[in-house]
Amino acid sequence: MDRRVVISGVGIYSVLGKNLEEVTNSLYKGTSGIGLDQARQELGFRSMLTGKLERPNLKKLLSRRQRIGIPEQGEYAYMATVEAFENAKIDMDFLEKNEVGILYGNDSSSIPVIESIDRVRETKDTTLLGSGSIFQSMNSTISMNLSVIFKLRGINFTVSGACASSSHAVGMAYFLIKHGYQDIVLCGGGQEINPESMGSFDGLSAFSVRHDQPEAASRPFDKNRDGLIPSGGGASLVVETLESALQRGADIVAEIKGYGFSSNGDHISVPNQEGPTISLERCLQDANMAARDIDYVNAHATSTPVGDTMEARALHTVFGDGNTPISSTKSMTGHEMWMGGASELIYSSIMMDKSFIAPNINFESPDEDSAKLNIISKTTEKELDTVLSNSFGFGGTNSTIILAKYKK
Amino acid sequence: MERTEIKKIVDEFLIDEFEIEQDVIADDAHLIDDLGLESLDFVDIVVIIEKEFGFKVQREEMKDIRVLADLYEYIEKNA
Repeated sequence: MDRRVVISGVGIYSVLGKNLEEVTNSLYKGTSGIGLDQARQELGFRSMLTGKLERPNLKKLLSRRQRIGIPEQGEYAYMATVEAFENAKIDMDFLEKNEVGILYGNDSSSIPVIESIDRVRETKDTTLLGSGSIFQSMNSTISMNLSVIFKLRGINFTVSGACASSSHAVGMAYFLIKHGYQDIVLCGGGQEINPESMGSFDGLSAFSVRHDQPEAASRPFDKNRDGLIPSGGGASLVVETLESALQRGADIVAEIKGYGFSSNGDHISVPNQEGPTISLERCLQDANMAARDIDYVNAHATSTPVGDTMEARALHTVFGDGNTPISSTKSMTGHEMWMGGASELIYSSIMMDKSFIAPNINFESPDEDSAKLNIISKTTEKELDTVLSNSFGFGGTNSTIILAKYKK
Repeated sequence: MERTEIKKIVDEFLIDEFEIEQDVIADDAHLIDDLGLESLDFVDIVVIIEKEFGFKVQREEMKDIRVLADLYEYIEKNA
């Protein structure tokens, strides 16, 4: 028999704030986390725009052995996880006595790879790489580090599905828990923000070059959008059975009602309309809902010319002229890539909890396709019972998740 | 290089880099049992020895190093 799956705690470390409270304020105010990074110009980047985020200092929080294998995005993920476990009323004593798994989204770890290769080429001595390099370099760096730090003994791997990585991670956890294979799984996504990790993406001319107005550069669905802005951080969610959350006395953040997925089977970087449409429909079907049951859509829309158009068409195909409110929080955060699926579920759950829709800032003029949608450009007070979040990625991977306010 | 100078450098990196409390550092302190080092830490000790003392460490030679005095002596012989 299917079990009800809920989110019992979330934590966030993003360009909108270093905890839930700060992020809630930024979402409500429509604050942009985008700025300029001079280092990108020095490296020959076309775009200097990026999400701005300070790295946390973990020295007082973790031992040397615990820290030495953690790269930048792992630091963000650690901070988010501490907050998520705390909000879920899970402490180390609970983790030692109960089986908790981890499914985390991550799809790169550039700096440790670059630095280790540079050093070997220079010194011809692999020993000089030290003991942390390998654990920082692997794609599974976050799940391997967090599982050791938090003594996680359930399922343990990283989901790499490009910019849908962490949405799929939550979807996989939802399936495992719903069907009885796991009771509690830590999910999330981490995204490095350093320039070196973004060079090849910049080389595709995918980034905005609106340097004179960094805060207005990310403009999903707007007619004058000119590309995405890379961003990053860490976002963690404790996903578990309703029963286990209630047993612990945790406050239920939201119930996961459905997960949909698809693959375009088409172009490696150019999205299409059909794949996202299937993902949306499959998710609604899994949730046993119709499009009219959705109170708010958190769009994937990254501010690229083609991507937003394809998503707008897919949304119109599924939602029709039903006037469902839609916004892309990437207008404020930039594109949090591997982390985006998880962070946007958190942003959506905050909106559901606080009864408002965060704005799609910089949406000034619609284009032909976005004109058919109800894009919310100003913070709007609204009771939300159900939210849907889209995440798409290179290779045509698509993921959709529906959350609902918990009701007995 | 004098033993006192070697001791100073090694003790300093154990305290600064490995975050080991100064009061457990002694000639007869066992690297694993007393200082709490583990197998992966020896990789980083090799890196520091090579950087600080300028000679290439053979991992097999490290096997006989049990207490801090053994480490000082090994460095003294090779530096």
